[in-house]
Amino acid sequence: MLRYILLRLLSMIPTMAVISMLVFTIIELPPGDYFESYVSELTAMGEDVDMAEIEELRHQYGFDQPPVMRYFHWVGGMLTGDFGYSFEYQLPVSEVVGDRLWLTVLVSFFTIIVTWLIAFPIGIYSATHQYSWGDYGLTFLGLLGIAVPNFMLALILMYFANRWFGVSIGHLMDQKYLAEPMSWEKSRSILSHIWIPVLIVGTAGTAGMIRRLRANLLDELQKQYVVTARAKGLSPMRTLVKYPLRMALNFFVADIGSILPAIISGAEITAIVLSLETTGPMLVKALQSQDMYLAGSFLMFLAFLTVVGMLISDIALALLDPRIRLAGRSTK
Amino acid sequence: MTLETVRSPLPEPGAPLGHYVSDAPFDPDRLEETTPRHKKFARASQKQLMWWKFRRHKLALASAWFLGILYAMILVVEFLAPYNLHTRHMEHIYEPPQRVRLFHEGSFVGPFVYGRTMRLDMDTLQRIYTDNPADVQPIRFFCSGDSYRFWGLKEADFHLACPAKGGTLFLLGTDRLGRDVLSRILYGARISLTIGLLGIAISFTLGIVIGGLAGYHGGWFDLIVQRLIEVLQSIPSIPLWMALAAIMPVTWSPILIYIGITVILGLLDWTGLARAVRSKLLSLREEDYVLAAQLMGAGSARIIGRHLVPGFMSHLIATATLAIPGMILGETALSFLGLGLRPPITSWGILLTEARSVSVIAFYPWLLFPTLFVILVILAFNFLGDGLRDAADPYK
Repeated sequence: MLRYILLRLLSMIPTMAVISMLVFTIIELPPGDYFESYVSELTAMGEDVDMAEIEELRHQYGFDQPPVMRYFHWVGGMLTGDFGYSFEYQLPVSEVVGDRLWLTVLVSFFTIIVTWLIAFPIGIYSATHQYSWGDYGLTFLGLLGIAVPNFMLALILMYFANRWFGVSIGHLMDQKYLAEPMSWEKSRSILSHIWIPVLIVGTAGTAGMIRRLRANLLDELQKQYVVTARAKGLSPMRTLVKYPLRMALNFFVADIGSILPAIISGAEITAIVLSLETTGPMLVKALQSQDMYLAGSFLMFLAFLTVVGMLISDIALALLDPRIRLAGRSTK
Repeated sequence: MTLETVRSPLPEPGAPLGHYVSDAPFDPDRLEETTPRHKKFARASQKQLMWWKFRRHKLALASAWFLGILYAMILVVEFLAPYNLHTRHMEHIYEPPQRVRLFHEGSFVGPFVYGRTMRLDMDTLQRIYTDNPADVQPIRFFCSGDSYRFWGLKEADFHLACPAKGGTLFLLGTDRLGRDVLSRILYGARISLTIGLLGIAISFTLGIVIGGLAGYHGGWFDLIVQRLIEVLQSIPSIPLWMALAAIMPVTWSPILIYIGITVILGLLDWTGLARAVRSKLLSLREEDYVLAAQLMGAGSARIIGRHLVPGFMSHLIATATLAIPGMILGETALSFLGLGLRPPITSWGILLTEARSVSVIAFYPWLLFPTLFVILVILAFNFLGDGLRDAADPYK
C-alpha cells in the first residue's frame, strides 16, 4: 500500500510539470508584458514614469531574461512559496489571494459531498427500478441539472431567495467578517451562506454521477452471482447491498477524479455571478486586466486542486479494492 | 466389410448413397423456421439494424427531429425572424411579450395582437405597457417587412410573419434598446448552434488523428499522448477556456474572435474522443484483417482511416454528440462573462449578458427566454447522444 501511494505521488510530479508549462505558455502568450502597457498608460495620462523603478521591477521578476529562464524562475518561486507579483494590486500574489484558496477548497469539498449524497440514493433507485416512471423522472431531473447553465441558475436562485426569504444570497459570508481572522462566528456565517453555491454547482455534477452509477450498478446486477444469491433466497435488500453495491462503490470513489474538474469549473462561474470570496471573480478580473502572474497562480492552483483530488480518489480506491494496490496501478 | 471400404469411407462419385437425400434445391431459410419479419431482421444490414434500434428510443428520435428543424431554421433565419437583429424601436423599450390572440370580442379574426400604450411610472421610472383592446393588429404572413441581406449577399425583405402596418409584433418582448427578443434569439441560434458543430469538428479531427496514432503505434508516442490527455483532463475546462479567451487581442474583429473561440473550445475537448479512439484501436489492431492489410502493404494512415475507423465510427459519433452540449454551454458561459464573443456578433450567451443582474429578472423576466432555448438544445443533444450510443452497437 505504501509503495502504491509513493508511486502515485511520484507520478504527480510530471503531471504538475506539464501543467505548469502549459499555464506558463498561456500567461506568456499575450504580446508585450504588463510593464509596457503600464508605462504607456502612465505616459498617456501625462504622468512621470520612474523608469528606474520599472527597470528594477522588470529585473526582479526576470522580464529581461529569455522565456525559458523566466519559466524556471516562476516555477522555482512557486516551489518556495513565492507566487510572483500582482501588478494590478501591487502586492505579492500570495497576499492578494488570502483566504480565497481555502474558500475555493471548501466550496469544492462540500459540493462533492452534496453530489454524493444526492446521486447515491437516486442512482441506486434508478438502477433497481430500471425503466420505471421514477427512473425516467429522476434521470430527466438530473439531465435538467446539466442543461441549465450554472450562472443562470445562480441568478434565478438569487432572485427567488430575495423575493421569498428576503435574504441576499451573494457572497460567502457577512461582509463584516471579510477582513477578520477565522472565528466561530465567521465560520457560522460561511456555513449559512455556502449551501447555495454548493447546491448550484452540485446540480451539474450530480446528473453525470447518477447516470454512471446507474449504468455500473445495472452491469453488476446482471451478473451470475446476483442470480445465484437470489436463487439461494437472499432478501432483495441484502442481495443488493452485500455485493453489487460494493462493486459499484469502487467506481463511485474513482469518479471523483472525473467530476472534480467539472465541479471546479462550475464553482468558478457560480462564484463570479454570486460574487463569492473564492478564486473565481478574481481570476476573471486578472484575466481581463492581463495581470498574468495572478491569473497563472490561480490556474496552477485550480489544476493542483484537481490533481490532488484525483490522488485522494485513487488512494481511496486502492484502499477499497485490493486488486488495484497489488497491481501497483489503477486499472481505470 | 472389405479392407477397401474402410480405407476410403466416401462413396464413389455419382454412386447412389445409402441414405435418403432430398433433391429439392437448398434453401438457407429452412434452417430456422422463419416468419417474414424474422427474415427481414436476420438479413438486415448493420445500418438498418442501427436505425431500427435508434427508432425505439422515442426521446432520441424526437430530439433528432427537433435539432434537425432547428438547424434547418438557422439557414433561413432572416426569413423567419419578424425583425432584423439590430432593428431598434425606441418607443418600445423593455416591452413585455405580446400575446397572440384569435378572437376579438367574441368574433374570430385570425391571429392578431393588441396594440400597446406605454406610460412611465414616475415613482419607479418603470415603463408600463398596457394592451389597448381597441387596437387590433392582425399578423401578416409571407409579407414584406424589415429589409435584410440574405446571408449577407442578396437584398430582400420577405418574412414569414410581420406586424400589422404601423403595428408591432414582439412575441417574446424587447430588450433595453427596443430590439425584438425573438428575432435576436433566432439570429443568436445561428452562432450558438454552429459554434458547437465547428468546435466538435475540430476536436473530432484531433481526437481521431492523435488517438488513432497513439492507439495504433503505441510506444513513446502513446505514452506522451496519454500523459497529455491526463493533464488536459485534470485542468478544469472553464478557467482554461477563460484564460485562452482572455489572451485574444481586443483588436481582433468579432468574426476572428468567433473563429478563435471555436478553436479554443475544440482544442481542449479532443481528449475524451482521443481516449475512446485509442482504446478501440488497441483492441481492433490485433484483428486478422489488419494483419492482412499490413501484408498487402497498406500504410498506417490507410489502415486506420480505411479499415479501423469505420469499425467504430458510430461510437465516435455518439461520443461527439454528447460532447456538443459542453461546448455550447462553454460558449454561453464565456460570452456571459464577457470573455467570449463580442457584439455585434450575437449568440445566446451574448443575449444572456443582458440578463446579468437580479433586477432584470425581477422586472424584465422575458430577457431570460434564451435560457429556455439553451436548455432545450442541451437536453436534445443529450437524448440524441444517448439514443445514438444505444444504436451504435445494434448486435448487443
